Amino acid sequence: MSALAPSAAPSLAAPARARLRRHEWLTLLRRAARNRRGTIGLTLAGFVVIIAIVGAIWTPQQPTAFLYVPLQAPSAHAWLGADYLGRDVLSRVLAGGWVLLVMALAATVIGVGLGAFQGVEAAYLGGRTDTMIMRGMDVFLAFPQIVLALLIVGTVGPKLWLIVLAVGLGHVPQVARVMRAAALDISERDYVKAVELQGVKATRVITREILPNLVSPLMVELGLRLTYSIVVIAGLSFLGFGQQPPAPSWGLMIAENRIGLQSNPWAVIVPAALVALLAIGTNLFADAVARVAIGADRQVEQAFIRTETARAAQWASPIRDRSVWKSGVCRYAWRVPRPTSSRKSISWWRRVKCSVSSASRALARRRLPWHCSAILAGACT
Amino acid sequence: MIARARARRRAYARAHPLVSLVAVRIAQGIITLWLVSLVVFAATQLLPGNASRAVLGFSATPQRIRALELEMGLNRGWWSQYWGWLSGLPVGRLGSSLANSEPVWKLVEPRLLNSAVLVAASGIIGCLLGIALGAVAALRQGSVLDNAMTVGALTVLAIPEFVVAIGAVILFSTVVFHLFPGVSLLTPGENILQAPHLLVLPTLSLVVVSVPYVYRMTRAATLEALESPYVEMARLKGLPRWRVLVQHALPNALPPTIQVVGLTFLRLAGGIVLVEVVFDFPGVGQGLVNAVTDRDIPVIQFIVVALAAFYVVINITTDVLALLCSPRRRIPT
Repeated sequence: MSALAPSAAPSLAAPARARLRRHEWLTLLRRAARNRRGTIGLTLAGFVVIIAIVGAIWTPQQPTAFLYVPLQAPSAHAWLGADYLGRDVLSRVLAGGWVLLVMALAATVIGVGLGAFQGVEAAYLGGRTDTMIMRGMDVFLAFPQIVLALLIVGTVGPKLWLIVLAVGLGHVPQVARVMRAAALDISERDYVKAVELQGVKATRVITREILPNLVSPLMVELGLRLTYSIVVIAGLSFLGFGQQPPAPSWGLMIAENRIGLQSNPWAVIVPAALVALLAIGTNLFADAVARVAIGADRQVEQAFIRTETARAAQWASPIRDRSVWKSGVCRYAWRVPRPTSSRKSISWWRRVKCSVSSASRALARRRLPWHCSAILAGACT
Repeated sequence: MIARARARRRAYARAHPLVSLVAVRIAQGIITLWLVSLVVFAATQLLPGNASRAVLGFSATPQRIRALELEMGLNRGWWSQYWGWLSGLPVGRLGSSLANSEPVWKLVEPRLLNSAVLVAASGIIGCLLGIALGAVAALRQGSVLDNAMTVGALTVLAIPEFVVAIGAVILFSTVVFHLFPGVSLLTPGENILQAPHLLVLPTLSLVVVSVPYVYRMTRAATLEALESPYVEMARLKGLPRWRVLVQHALPNALPPTIQVVGLTFLRLAGGIVLVEVVFDFPGVGQGLVNAVTDRDIPVIQFIVVALAAFYVVINITTDVLALLCSPRRRIPT
C-alpha cells in the first residue's frame, strides 16, 4: 500500500513551484487523480457520471411509457425488466441520474461558497463579528442536515430549487467552521499583516492574500460536501421530496419499486448501486485530495477529527492564546498591545519592524504572490 | 502585600473553574435551544405556506380559510402566537395535529420511545464495535488488516443510509434469505420492546452506518495517544505493556472517545429518518416524514424541536464529560 503515500511533494523545481501557486487547484486535482485511491474514486464516479450523461441524451425506450407487464423479470428486450407500472427499468435508470448530479453540484457550490465566505469573514474580522457569525452557525448545527432540509421543504413544498438551497444551507455552518480555523492561521501571518498596515481594504486583503492560501482546504471541503450533497439529495428523493412521480429519478425508483422486490429486484438494486457507487467514488477522491493536500495518513486522520469535532476548537483559538505572543515571538507582534512599561526588552516599534522584515525575507524565498512584493517594496522605501 | 492577600482571597471565593465552564456550556445550550425554537417557528409560520391554506388546499374559499385562521389563532400577532407555542412546549401542551386533529403529544410520544430504543441499541453496539476495531487497527498500524479496514471504512462511510437499509432488506428479508421481517409494523398501543425481532434489521443498518465512523475517529485518537511522549517515556521506563496501555494511554484517549460516542449518537439522530422510512418503523423519523408529506405543521415543529433538544443535550453532556476526564482542558486558554 505504499502507493497511498503522497507522491514526492517537496521535490519541485523553482519554476514548477511558481506554476503551482497560480494553478494550485488544478495541480492538486491532478496529483489526487494519480494517487491510487483517487484513481479508483475517479473511475467509479466517472462511470456513474457517464451513465447519467448518456441517459440525458439517449435512452433505448421512452422512460415514462408503459411497455411491459408490471414487474416483469429481465429479458432480451428489457435488459433490466420492468418497474411496478411496466416501464422500462434500463431507460429509467439511464434517464434518472443527471438531475441528481446537477442538484448535488449546485448545492455543493452554494454551501461551500457561502460557508467559506462566512468562515473567512469571521476569522479575518474577529471580535464581535466572529462571535455573532459563529454563534448563529451553532443554531443551525443543532439539526441533522436532513431534518433541516425536511423542515424547509415541509413548509414551502417540494420544489427542486428549494431542495438545492436547503441542502446547500445545511453545509454552510460546517464549512464555515473549517474555513474559519484555516483562515485564522493565515490571517495571523506576517505578509497579511504587512499588507493590512498599508491600509488596503479588507475585501482586497481577503481576496488577494487570504483566499489564495486556502485553496487546499477549499478543495477538500468541495469533495466532502459533494459526497454529502449526493447522499442527502438522493435520500430526499427517496422520501418523495424531489422530482415528482412520472419523472425518472434514482431515489424515487428505489422507493417505488420496493413493493416488487420479489419479482424484479433489479429495479431497486441498480439505482441503489449507482447512488452508492457515485457517493463512494466522490468520497474516495475527496480523501485522495485531502491526502495530497495535507500529507501523511496521520495528519489526514487528525484533520478528519478536527473537522468533526470543530465544536471543541472554539475553546482555544490562536488569538486568545496569550502564552504564544507573550513569549515575544515576532509572528504575533501585531496582537501585542503597546507596552506600558519599559521593562519589555523589545520595543513595540521594533517588533513591527521585525515583522515587516520577516515578511520581506519570506518574499525573498518567493513564498508570496507578486503583488504583495510590490506593496511591500513601496512600504519599505 | 495587602493586594496580594486580597487577590488570593478573591481566588478562593471564586467558583471552581470547572463549575463556571459547565455553567457557561449549559447557558449556551439553553440560548441555542431558544434560538432554535425561534428559527423553527419562523420557518413554519412566517413563510408563504400558511397553515390554514396547507390544511384546506389551494381550492379553498377565502371565507373558510378565514374561519380556520380564527380557530387556529393565526390572526393574532406573531409574537403572541410564538409565546403561546413556546409556553406550551415544556408542559406538553402542543396543540393538535392538522391531519387528524389528535393531540400532538399523544401522536408523538410512542414514537419517541420506539426511536429511543432503536438509537440506544444501535448506538451502543456501533460504538463498542467501532472502538474495538479502531483500537486494534491503531495498534497494528500499517498492517494488511489495518489498511483493509481503513479502505473498507472509507467505502461504507459514503454509502447513503437508505441504500444500506435496502441492502439489508434484500439480503435478509426478501430476495436472498427470509430471516427477519422487512417491515416493522406494530399494532396500535404496542411498543417496540414487546416485539424485539422487528428491531433486528433497522438496528443492523444503523450499526453498519455508524461503525466506520467510530472506527475512523478511534483509530486516529489511539494513534495520537500511542505516539505521544508520555507513552514513549512509559515504554522506555520498562513498564509492562498492559500498564502502558491501561494507565498511560487509556486515560488520555478517553476524552476523544467520549466525543466520538456523542457524535455517533448525533449522526444516528439524522440517520433514523431514512432507515425508519425504509422499514416502516413507527418512530420519530417516520413521523417527521409523514408530517412533512401532510404539511402537518404542529407535528413538524415539535419533532424538529425535540431532535434539536436531543442534539443540544448530547453536546453539553459530551463536553462536560470530556472536561471532567481531561484536567488540562479545564483551564480556558
